[in-house]
Amino acid sequence: MEPIISIKPLLAVLASLLVIPVLISSSDRPNIREGWTILAGIVKFSIVVSMLPAVLQGQELVYTLFSFVPGVSIKFRVDSLGMLFALVASFLWIVTSIYSIGYMRGLKEHSQTRFFSFFALALSATIGVAFSANLLTLYMFYEILSLSTYPLVVHHQDEESRKSGRKYLIYILGASIALVLPSMIVCYNIAGTLSFSSQGILAGQASPAVLAILLFLFVFGFAKAAIMPLHAWLPAAMVAPTPVSALLHAVAVVKVGVFSIIRVLTGIFGIELLSALNLGHVIGYIAAITILVGSLIAISQNELKRLLAFSTVSQLSYIILGVALLTPKGELGGIIHIVMHAFGKITLFFCAGAIMVTTGKKYISQMHGLGKQMPITFLAFFMGSLSVIGLPPTGGFYSKWYLVLGSLQAEQLPLLLVLLTSSFLNAVYFLPVVFKGFFAPVPSEGVNSHYQEAPAMCLYPLVITGLISVGLFFYPDLFKNLIQMSIG
Amino acid sequence: MNIQYPVLIIIIPLLAAVFSSALMWGNRRLVYPLCVLALAATAINTFLLLAEVVHSGPVNYLLAGWSPPWGIQMRVDLLNGLVLCIVSVVALINLIASFRSVQQELAEKTDSFYVLYLLFITGLLGVVITADLFNLYVLLEVTSLAAYAQIAMGDRDRAPLASLNYVFLGVIGASFYLLGVGYLYIKTGSLNMMDISNILLSVYSSIAVFTAFIFCMVGIWVKMALFPLHAWLPNAYTYAPTASSRILAPLMTKVMVYVMIRLMFSVFGMDYVFQELELSQHIVLLASIAIIAGAVLALAQNNLKKMLTYIIVSEIGYLVGGAWLGNTAALTGTILHVLNDALMTFCLFLAVGNMSYKLKNLDFDNLQGLFSKMPVTMAGFALAGVSIIGIPPTCGFFSKWFLISGALEAGNYLFLIALILSSLINAILFFRVFEICLFEPMQAGHGHDYAHEHPESGIREAPVSMLVTLMLVAASLLAVGLYSGMIVNQVVAPFVSGVVA
Amino acid sequence: MPDILGVIIAKYNYWLFIVLMMVGLYAMIAKNNLIKKLVGMNIFQTAIIFFFISIAYKKGATLPIIENAHGHSDPVIYAAQYMNPLPHVLMLTAIVVSVATFGVALALAVKIYRRYQTLEEDEIRIRMRHK
Repeated sequence: MEPIISIKPLLAVLASLLVIPVLISSSDRPNIREGWTILAGIVKFSIVVSMLPAVLQGQELVYTLFSFVPGVSIKFRVDSLGMLFALVASFLWIVTSIYSIGYMRGLKEHSQTRFFSFFALALSATIGVAFSANLLTLYMFYEILSLSTYPLVVHHQDEESRKSGRKYLIYILGASIALVLPSMIVCYNIAGTLSFSSQGILAGQASPAVLAILLFLFVFGFAKAAIMPLHAWLPAAMVAPTPVSALLHAVAVVKVGVFSIIRVLTGIFGIELLSALNLGHVIGYIAAITILVGSLIAISQNELKRLLAFSTVSQLSYIILGVALLTPKGELGGIIHIVMHAFGKITLFFCAGAIMVTTGKKYISQMHGLGKQMPITFLAFFMGSLSVIGLPPTGGFYSKWYLVLGSLQAEQLPLLLVLLTSSFLNAVYFLPVVFKGFFAPVPSEGVNSHYQEAPAMCLYPLVITGLISVGLFFYPDLFKNLIQMSIG
Repeated sequence: MNIQYPVLIIIIPLLAAVFSSALMWGNRRLVYPLCVLALAATAINTFLLLAEVVHSGPVNYLLAGWSPPWGIQMRVDLLNGLVLCIVSVVALINLIASFRSVQQELAEKTDSFYVLYLLFITGLLGVVITADLFNLYVLLEVTSLAAYAQIAMGDRDRAPLASLNYVFLGVIGASFYLLGVGYLYIKTGSLNMMDISNILLSVYSSIAVFTAFIFCMVGIWVKMALFPLHAWLPNAYTYAPTASSRILAPLMTKVMVYVMIRLMFSVFGMDYVFQELELSQHIVLLASIAIIAGAVLALAQNNLKKMLTYIIVSEIGYLVGGAWLGNTAALTGTILHVLNDALMTFCLFLAVGNMSYKLKNLDFDNLQGLFSKMPVTMAGFALAGVSIIGIPPTCGFFSKWFLISGALEAGNYLFLIALILSSLINAILFFRVFEICLFEPMQAGHGHDYAHEHPESGIREAPVSMLVTLMLVAASLLAVGLYSGMIVNQVVAPFVSGVVA
Repeated sequence: MPDILGVIIAKYNYWLFIVLMMVGLYAMIAKNNLIKKLVGMNIFQTAIIFFFISIAYKKGATLPIIENAHGHSDPVIYAAQYMNPLPHVLMLTAIVVSVATFGVALALAVKIYRRYQTLEEDEIRIRMRHK
């Protein structure tokens, strides 16, 4: 079908960009400022949703902005895969904005205008990545995302933030400039175009050795996907305020990383080419290593946010593994894990932040017995962790199920074992948090341990995302349909 | 009026300079408006000329009607036209942006400064527009003299010596160039660029022509501060008055790059440079070293302005390497980078000038907390820094694209690695500055201790004229980047396809 | 041996200007006193002027001035009898440039002297560091 030319993708990107001057000018009236953020989020989500019917019918919406060299331009294209990512990201922005209000005010954070402005910019970039029609546009928004999240990561402006900020930049910016940029240009020289197409653009254009090298450069170059050994920035970035950690490192930044890799795997290389070159297995094993090692390190963590960070490192490679299996079920499992993990992880981070706001605690060992005083929070945490572990009745089970089926379909028994082992490990580090929270005795250190439940603005979002994590088990069809359309 | 545009471009600033110096004894307050008017007229002129060239091809102008090779000819094709526009626009915007800082730094000598400024621009425009090799030397020296004098008006302690060192090296450079022209004259009997390029076709193998080429090149390289001939640049640009460094940094070296491209491709011709001589690999190697050396030296600096001057040295490496790679993509990248680098350097120095207007001392220790004190200036600085690192959609990315493409096409992986490495080092350089400016000298203490937003009283920004011009140039970085495709297609590509075999 | 001598004698003007240029360059780089450097710079530029003038000379040619031609009808002129006037003209301009540069450089030297009371470069640098 002919793609429809529509300005909506551009509008979706601009929705949060244009609100930034408004935010800056209302910096001394916080309620109005926050109201604008939420309004922008709703507008963005509505624009994205408005494009959904057309996409579900198999149409694509395109919009070309600036053309550069022949075959490359700054261009938007809304297809089913991009729509999936954009839906998740824009919905979660609304939820996170509400949560941020509660968190930032609860902790009386400074520079809130800067925080919300760069948040909006980061979301613009995320939607830009989702709707990119070619590698250049994707690279552009990827870099804008890196730059706009830096002020968010170093928000606290202390020594620890400084070091983490440096690590963040070195890994993410360094990898993208050193690895992705030359590969992208080589790709253009080989193929004459950079547009994502369903069969990939590199088939038969260069020798297998060159293609293999290119593939590795891309996979490691998109360091936002936190594939080991380029993962160290993610735990370091936990110094950021929790809403930043929640959205960006559980949903936007890391998902942009895996999304970019998926686009490269399916749109630049193409599934057929990867199978022909047997490269899927190699990527699969690289992902498998990250899955296992990430889970193992997570077990040893005492600080809750770092545990969650290593869990994310591990879970992201599930997504890569799924796509690298190169089978329809594997791809379905991998891509839908983007959605499931997003909702599950964000719930977990919201809970961690809620605990921080209410009690000031960040170490798991301090949280014994806290569940009795913050039951809703811990219950949501339980739901989120079930989803990440992959147990019913949460959405995570759905993605894990398809990953297992996919690895059987690809006849990769070692990878199947890795998946099962890792799920077990996930349980090992998540469940104790919940059980100790509910059932362990409260440590009596003379500290006033009368805590109330988290503030309302923090509580509602985490309940919503927790419920959605469960709901996705029963109603995954929307996303499943979108994915099956993109797999073709 | 149409055909007189080329000569008007030179005459208007020149006459304005003369009138301004006369006005110094008369009504002094008219000097500045006169200068602004002259440069505005020139800028409009250059754009009209470029439009004419894009529309109907190169424009020739014979001074006083004498035809070459005896007369001096001015020739505007796509390459010159673009560079003319860059020079005049940067000069005009700088004049407006620097009004305050000239008043602050050069209190009694503002009029003399403006006269020198106009003479400098006249010389530069002349260098770009002329098609006669000796005329180029003369105008080059006019430019340089105006530059020497301007630099000497800067920092009381260090500027005169820096300027004197620049005089010495500048004279060596220009004299080498003159020597090269002499050898060319011996062999061809002409001084006109087009004429010489025709005559040279039959004398390729002559040693005299080779000598001429080498002397011309080395002279130009001294003038453009190619490593290791760069020693004059850091001191001269750092200690010059703010308004001067803002005009010298973006333009002087880039116009020299233009001269090099002109000599290589229009006078000597691609066949000679790349086939007769086997030099291109070595020059690209030299350029790669220049890129890395400039970047590494920049890392060692503690003063913001000096760090930026070393970045200029690095960028010159890009330009020389790109021109000497000898393929379409690389040359396109070089020409586009002349435009982009002029804008980026201009934006950087505008921001730095704003900072020195308020802070006086630009050592790193002094810059803490600048993001909250001068947010608009730092925004412009950040955007320019991002552009130098080479991140889309700023313009720096797009010229890097072409340069990397050219390196890949030529199989010169060393240059490619140098480009990537310098992007990374630039990222380190700029984020180091951002860190210093972002992190106030607070101690342990989380932001949780802050019970309020930073009040407006913390902001001490530069005056509005400086901010508006900075924002304008920063916005142009984005605009030029996004419209790179159009610029390349309309202006650069036709020129490149005309000269590259 | 006789070959090199022949080459040197045949092209003595080139060798002369090279020697002068090297003298000037040496003075500019190696001398410590600013005025000596300036003089070296001038010698350097003069060498190049000499070079240009020397290439204008033709064996057996005379000065490029046409005698008694003012007002009369154009006489027949054999270009081979006259030296090439163009390099001379160019060098007039170059001399002017050289003088102007020398003037600017002297002014700078005066300014430096007023500031540091010395014209020795190493001494200036020491005093600069102490400021």
